[in-house]
Amino acid sequence: MFKLLKYALYDIVKSRFALLYTLFMVLVAISIYQVSDDLGKVSLSLMNIMIMIVPLIAAVFATTHFFNNLEFIELMLAQPVKRIHVFLSQLLAVILMLSLALIVGFGLPMVLWGADSSLITLLVVGVVLSAVFAGFAFLASVYTRDKAKAIGISLSLWIYFSLVYDGLVLYIIYSFADYPLEKATLALMMLNPVDLGRVLMLMQLDISALMGYTGAFFQEFFSEFMGVTLAGGMLLLWVLLPAMLAMMKFKKRDF
Amino acid sequence: MISVKHISKKFGKLEVLKDFSLEFELGNSYAIMGPNGSGKTTLIKTVLGMVIPDQGEILVKGVSVKGNHQYRSLIGYMPQIGRYPANMKIGQLFSMMKDMRPEIKVYDTELVEQFELEGMKDKALGTLSGGTRQKVSAALAFLFNPDILILDEPTAGLDPIAVEILKKKIKKEREEGKLILITSHILSDLEELTNRAIYLFEGEVFFADTIESLKEITDEDRFSPAIARLMQWTLKKNTAKKSMSHV
Amino acid sequence: MKNLTKLTLFLLFCCSSLVLNAGQIRIKAGESIQKAVDRAVSGDTVILESGNYPESGIIIRKSISLIGENYPVLDGQGKGNVILVAGKNILIEGLKIINTGKSNMDDSAGIKFFDSEDCIIRNNILEETFFGLHFSNSKRLSILDNKINATSEREFEVGNGIHLWKCSHSVIANNQVSGHRDGIYLEFVTDTQAKENLIERNMRYGLHFMFAHDNSYIRNTFRQNGAGVAVMYTKNVLMQENRFEENWGASAYGILLKDISDSKVIGNIFLKNTIGIYMEGSSRIDFEENTFNENGWALKLMASCDQNLFQANNFTNNTFDISTNGSLVLNTLTENYWDKYEGYDLDRDSIGDVPFRPINLYSVIVEKIPASVILWRSFMVNLLDKMEKILPTLTPEDMMDESPKMKPYDFS
Repeated sequence: MFKLLKYALYDIVKSRFALLYTLFMVLVAISIYQVSDDLGKVSLSLMNIMIMIVPLIAAVFATTHFFNNLEFIELMLAQPVKRIHVFLSQLLAVILMLSLALIVGFGLPMVLWGADSSLITLLVVGVVLSAVFAGFAFLASVYTRDKAKAIGISLSLWIYFSLVYDGLVLYIIYSFADYPLEKATLALMMLNPVDLGRVLMLMQLDISALMGYTGAFFQEFFSEFMGVTLAGGMLLLWVLLPAMLAMMKFKKRDF
Repeated sequence: MISVKHISKKFGKLEVLKDFSLEFELGNSYAIMGPNGSGKTTLIKTVLGMVIPDQGEILVKGVSVKGNHQYRSLIGYMPQIGRYPANMKIGQLFSMMKDMRPEIKVYDTELVEQFELEGMKDKALGTLSGGTRQKVSAALAFLFNPDILILDEPTAGLDPIAVEILKKKIKKEREEGKLILITSHILSDLEELTNRAIYLFEGEVFFADTIESLKEITDEDRFSPAIARLMQWTLKKNTAKKSMSHV
Repeated sequence: MKNLTKLTLFLLFCCSSLVLNAGQIRIKAGESIQKAVDRAVSGDTVILESGNYPESGIIIRKSISLIGENYPVLDGQGKGNVILVAGKNILIEGLKIINTGKSNMDDSAGIKFFDSEDCIIRNNILEETFFGLHFSNSKRLSILDNKINATSEREFEVGNGIHLWKCSHSVIANNQVSGHRDGIYLEFVTDTQAKENLIERNMRYGLHFMFAHDNSYIRNTFRQNGAGVAVMYTKNVLMQENRFEENWGASAYGILLKDISDSKVIGNIFLKNTIGIYMEGSSRIDFEENTFNENGWALKLMASCDQNLFQANNFTNNTFDISTNGSLVLNTLTENYWDKYEGYDLDRDSIGDVPFRPINLYSVIVEKIPASVILWRSFMVNLLDKMEKILPTLTPEDMMDESPKMKPYDFS
């Protein structure tokens, strides 16, 4: 397993994409740091990158990588190694590469110009969302035999979770405005990893607003041990669920 | 050595293998033939565990391959087109493959030497030509001195010198009593390298016996016309099938 | 500081002794304060040595000084008021007053003044008092350097820290008030100045005044009070260089302004409040050089407000800058700095060339359906907001700053 991961990681880290992605992140982080006067504003600007661009790149890259590596995966499958290990080594390599690019890309400017808790949260959210969407991408890839189709599915999932879902939630909130909605919306947020990541950031950036009205309910929820555990658990589930489903299919898939 | 027992496989609506049974014995070299889409590659892949049959089982050395991965250390596999991680170097690929079979300590580097791969070990796999990649694939298949060799179109894309080296090696291994499965469209190669012919048609075994008996049955002296005859017969498959198929 | 206090004390003492030829009465723990006060004549000083004086309902009606050495403890033992004062030229200093009654019926207080003039209440410590310092119908009071602290759990179990009713021409400075219902409560109080007080963690309001005209509030800090600061029905108020911090909650405000007019709010800092300023029915107030940072809403400006001017303020890191409830805009926003401004400055006059609309569409939605705040900063909401910026539909078109600053002001 670790041998497989070692080689998969070695290949992916040396790819041009890894370098470009890291460079892109460094440039984005540097320019945001240069333009913004305080850390709060840096977090704000980076947040859109983390919850929009990072999942998008993760989804597209992971799908492409899976199909580009299909022959290599086949070669591995002909070797005396477990299928699960082949799968996990590929997925983990993608996740590790994406995370590493983020950590280096954003971490470097952070070390240089400082960071606060919201920036650290942001980085964690970015890493988790990368993992979630890499999982989605692998899920789409193992269920289709066509690269274009798989990319289409990955993109659809990305659009669904970062745009369509919130539209539906807003619609629901609007439709049932006369009812107490706090618990329902909270539950709905749990069902979307992008929203979960975003809400964790809101707890840092918009705490004052969240303390007002029913917002206090959200704030209380996320400042309690149970709430944090639940949110973290759900995020973990979002990382594991697509990956597990993809792995189960991978075990039975024909190559 | 390899028993394929009543396996069937569907890809969607397409039935690729139909209640398919075969035995492969050590010391023999099998030519697996058949038109495109007859199930050759699927057969190889089920043996390797890359395609999972819907029904039936495959035993290698008497052990079912289902959920098993250790048996693959007995097999050297040379894929039709070997594609490798673009950024990995040849040397690294070899050491990775060795890493995966830590129990094997003695390597058969004959092909590595003859193909002069040692001198290229720092070349990235992404930069290699198709032929060189085939050489790498071939060298890897033989590296661990496995009991079973599965070679999918082994000579395609190789230059004439390399083809001769590879053929010599295959013959040598066969003489050492290995089980060899070869698919190829080049019949002369197959005649030279194999002693058993398996002809697949539409997911069924149309013929499986020695090449001698193939010639006998088809009334042909040479290999190629015999195969051509088989192909003709497949057109009248339904009538011929029962009398011809051996299990 | 201590030396200065001693010096003023000394001077005061000299003056009074010169004019009145005053005497001095010292008492020890265990002796009755009331008896000592009764013995004293106007101009005398009663000095309490340190120790415990379990006594309540002490009545002072003559111009004396009551001074404690090393904070003698006046323990009201939960019975009514500890000291009641009605008189002129009275000084109360250096006492530690604890445990008044906890009744709303008689508004028990640490020290309660009626119909008094020219009194100084200085450097006292009040703990677990129902009301801390309670003044009614008095003039020219100096309330200085007192520390007033209560630890009740619920709002109805405690009164106000510094409570003035129908008073005028007074100074409330350098006091610390915490744990009371309202930190400073003023009703019908005029020509009074509150400055440099630290008012924090009170149950209801840090500062609460009604019908308290012509007063000024300078360099006070109001922090983490249940509902911030609420001021109502008042004219001619000056609020300058105060800090309003961390007032968090469904109805917590940096300042709630209700029916306030002809006033100035200058150079204040509003930091991390759910709502920085909430105003309704208020008019002709100038807001200048204020800093609004990290608030949920910097400003909630109800349509019932008019002729207010917001000029040269900094709005930074607020979730929402302004929200309102109508479409009519009768107030002026000009030359403020808005960190959300995305315009340009081609003529390089440090004023943006296109106006800034500080009302966010989504804040209107959040106003209607509070639970929708959870979708804030999502991609979809950003899109909605961008669309609204181009084509205002739900937000009042006229609510805008025609000349937004490109760079924040430096008020430090």
